[in-house]
Amino acid sequence: MSLRSRHWLRFATRHLWRDWRAGELAVLAGALVVAVAALTAVAFFTGRVSRAVELQAAELLAADLRVESPRPLSPDWLVAAQQRGLQTASLTTFATAVFHGDDNLLVTLRATSAGYPLRGQLRVAAEPYGTARGTTALPPAGEAWVESRVLARLGLRVGDSLQLGAKALRVGAVLDYRPDQGAAFADLAPTVLLPAADLPGTQLLQNGSRASFVQLYAGNPAQVAAFRAWLEPRKTAAVRLVALGESSQQLQGSLDRAQRFLSLAALATVLLCAVAVAMAARRYTARHLDLAALMKCMGAPQRFVLLTGLWQLGLIALAGALVGVLAGYLAQAVLAWFLRDLFAGPLPAPTWAPAWIGIGTAMAMLLGFALPPLLQLRAVPVLRVLRQDVGAPTLRFFTAPLFAVGVLAALLWWMLQDAKLVGGVFVGLGLLLGVLWLAGLGLVRVAALARRGTGGAWRYGLANVGRRGSGSVVQVVAFGLGLTVLLLLAVVQNDLLREWRASLPANAPNHFFINISPNDVAPLSADLRAGGVQVDQVFPWVRARLVAVNDKPVTGRKFSTDRGKGFAEREQNLSWSAGLPRDNTLVAGEWWPAERPADAPVLVSLATEFADGIGIQIGDRLVFDIAGEPMAVRVANLRKVQWDSFRPNFFVLISPGALDGAAGTYMTSVHLDPAQRRLLAPLVRRFPGVSVFDVDAVLVQVRQVADRASRAVQGVFLFTLAAGVMVLAAAVQSTRDERRFESAMLRTLGASRAVVLQGLLAEFVALGLLAGVLASTAAALAGWYVARHWFDLAYHFNVWLWVAGLSGGALVVGVAGWLATRSVVNTSPLATLRG
Amino acid sequence: MLEAKEVTQQVSSPEGTLTILDQVSFQLGAGETVAIVGASGAGKSTLLGLLAGLDVPTQGAVLLGGQSLSALDEDGRAALRADRVGFVFQAFHLVPALTALENVMLPLELRGDSSARVVAAEAISRVGLAARAAHYPRQLSGGEQQRVALARAFVTRPQVLFADEPTGNLDAATGLRVVDLLFALNREAGTTLVLVTHDRTLAARCGRVLELAAGKLVADTLTVAA
Repeated sequence: MSLRSRHWLRFATRHLWRDWRAGELAVLAGALVVAVAALTAVAFFTGRVSRAVELQAAELLAADLRVESPRPLSPDWLVAAQQRGLQTASLTTFATAVFHGDDNLLVTLRATSAGYPLRGQLRVAAEPYGTARGTTALPPAGEAWVESRVLARLGLRVGDSLQLGAKALRVGAVLDYRPDQGAAFADLAPTVLLPAADLPGTQLLQNGSRASFVQLYAGNPAQVAAFRAWLEPRKTAAVRLVALGESSQQLQGSLDRAQRFLSLAALATVLLCAVAVAMAARRYTARHLDLAALMKCMGAPQRFVLLTGLWQLGLIALAGALVGVLAGYLAQAVLAWFLRDLFAGPLPAPTWAPAWIGIGTAMAMLLGFALPPLLQLRAVPVLRVLRQDVGAPTLRFFTAPLFAVGVLAALLWWMLQDAKLVGGVFVGLGLLLGVLWLAGLGLVRVAALARRGTGGAWRYGLANVGRRGSGSVVQVVAFGLGLTVLLLLAVVQNDLLREWRASLPANAPNHFFINISPNDVAPLSADLRAGGVQVDQVFPWVRARLVAVNDKPVTGRKFSTDRGKGFAEREQNLSWSAGLPRDNTLVAGEWWPAERPADAPVLVSLATEFADGIGIQIGDRLVFDIAGEPMAVRVANLRKVQWDSFRPNFFVLISPGALDGAAGTYMTSVHLDPAQRRLLAPLVRRFPGVSVFDVDAVLVQVRQVADRASRAVQGVFLFTLAAGVMVLAAAVQSTRDERRFESAMLRTLGASRAVVLQGLLAEFVALGLLAGVLASTAAALAGWYVARHWFDLAYHFNVWLWVAGLSGGALVVGVAGWLATRSVVNTSPLATLRG
Repeated sequence: MLEAKEVTQQVSSPEGTLTILDQVSFQLGAGETVAIVGASGAGKSTLLGLLAGLDVPTQGAVLLGGQSLSALDEDGRAALRADRVGFVFQAFHLVPALTALENVMLPLELRGDSSARVVAAEAISRVGLAARAAHYPRQLSGGEQQRVALARAFVTRPQVLFADEPTGNLDAATGLRVVDLLFALNREAGTTLVLVTHDRTLAARCGRVLELAAGKLVADTLTVAA
């Protein structure tokens, strides 16, 4: 009987199973599972959201062609379309507050003509969050259909009445779905759908009110194309035409950014798991050195040894990937459940494409870290069976760092498709890990020194932390990183919000009044003042669009940021003022004199964001289109605006005189204390055209969305913590023989099992505390930086951050480490020392 | 069966070339039992490695069953070992992740033997460890581990068995029991046994003793056992 190499497959598989049974592979496979689970959870989830966008793109417009404008559209267009055989409908939408008793809620009101939607179907339910059915009907006169959120928030039931401006409407049904509800993401303000015929009765819409006027067209593609060709030259620049497919592009862009962020979060997990894989693969191959030499001694050819190793690695990667994909699949379902309110309607089922990312990642990680030592296994001299010192290939921790880093870089590039970002991630993570490493090293040294001041189990535990040196540092850094992010999201985020609230004066405005017609300015102000409310300044404003800079049209201009592009493409609120408004600081140029000759050129003051976004300098000549009329202005100065003052502020302010009397509407903000809120209901009835926004209520709405999003990110970073556990497990595994021996020695010298276990617990609790110190410090510094440099807030260090960091670290690491090592006391000292 | 022809082994060291074996020649017949003895550093283990084809001599030749090992590449020598050679080591070299039975199955599985489990179970019974077949090496005493190693060495019915200090890690009484078993198995299988040892008593149980000193074969003696 001779050795036949075709048996390697069966041999390798059988031996892998035996390795698994002996517990040799648990950490290696576990690290792969965590990495793959983190990556695929994110990929499954973002894939579902992305598919929701794609699937709904077809009916996203509720039409084949959609025309949107900030000003009423010509009814002639509808007639022209109908003459061409197209179906038409129209829609008016704007944000407003609905009232029920003293409660109010920011909603998006949609007044529809018959025929809406031209594509897709509305779905309604008889009760909030109830089972929905499709309908071709629309709310009849006197009735509104509202989203479940409106009913839930205002404590309403179907059949109750709600107040919309001057009109009370009966809630006829719960609106579950409309085709143009914005693809995947639900609007911040829930929709109230009412018949267009009821809109005038609400008196909400005045001349100059901020609203979006929409016409919908549908027909066969040739008819739509012909109508579009007819319409293009007739529309103004402010009118936007959107055809199928065009509307989802912008959303897809935002989605890509969110996806990248979550992928980067998952990547932190992958990198930590890579550390665990490297440590476990190193132990795996080291333990297989003797086996490889033995196999060769028994007659196995080099190829057999190599193929066996490769096949085993491949199987580990595949098994780890499959379990990881399954875990990722379950995790994405949990993510989707957490974020269910962010989506309009159910998300489509996930596709299996991310499974390939998972499998590829597992293969890449294992190959990157285990292949170089595996190739060395092949070259193990067979003489090793006689002499352990003979030519054992050196298996240093950084044996093939370039290979592993190369594989990781390729993996990153594959996931992010952006060489610059990959470079940034590498440099950034490298620096971050370097700093954390140094900090961890310092902490471990301090802990080792601190053992002199302690006794018993603590001394033994701290001595071990110090003695294991870089092994301890790796664990502290791995846990520290995961904990840092969780602390940032769980504690620092709340701190920042509290600091921000505290930074606002107690009497900061908390209600905005917009769409005040010129005739209502005086009586509204008088009513407010009569109720004891202080009214500072009422700003006039018009809608204006920038069309040229220094005689060159802005269309076709290159913008360095999306924000700049947005400024140039969208209409802005433009106001005028004789003096520099409160909350504004002049940063360049000079403010215009209070008295200027009537024929002096019109000057403009720009917020720095606006000027920087478009690339405008002091002295530049700008042309704005205001209701179809061009207005030339010269840039006199730039302002820094404190946007969170809750007073009306404008990107564009012009010198007084040019537009006096042209204002469509006015706006102001006031502070109402709880008792003064009673004034609102009568005010809204007296001035139905005025829209009132309760800042606190809007903040609550924003907060709920942000909280859910942050919980999803926390979910992703829980995987990072799991990766920390894997690093710990790998480190424990690599020191298991050593620990078993130490335990046997201590017990031989008379230490009880309890004392040995206390020592182990002390070691891991100490590691956890160090990770907690690192994480709390890093989170506090990050919080301070963000507060100081991004939000201009004074950050006060929160003692709970430290309590949470230290206790969380001690608990997780202490329990995990203790569980992983307690078995060392189960083997008898005799067996260990003899072994 | 096994022949060494002027086998010389030299290694380079910072001090120059070091001669570990110097023109060692002898012939072993089938079924012969031979002990290689000598002080530490005399070149015993090196000679064993060369005879088993674990390495090739700098000069001279080793012939196993008439085949020159130097003429074969590493895989060729491995194939020859798979067919004809068994090993017992001082440090046992049992695979920690495998049970006693699986350790004995290892060489059979490497050959693709479909009856590996049955054959190995017989072999482990023969060394008196049937009840311990499912135990891992760490659960076995040193003597038991070496008995498993013996079962593993004989399970492929090799023509030549090489044993490197087989009792080196065992106490005297255990060592004696293991050696008794080694010679009993050897007799049953008619295997050629090449044994490296410090132990003169153990050497005396072999039919022939080759004594090395400073890399040279200084004595080739037939014993009473012969």
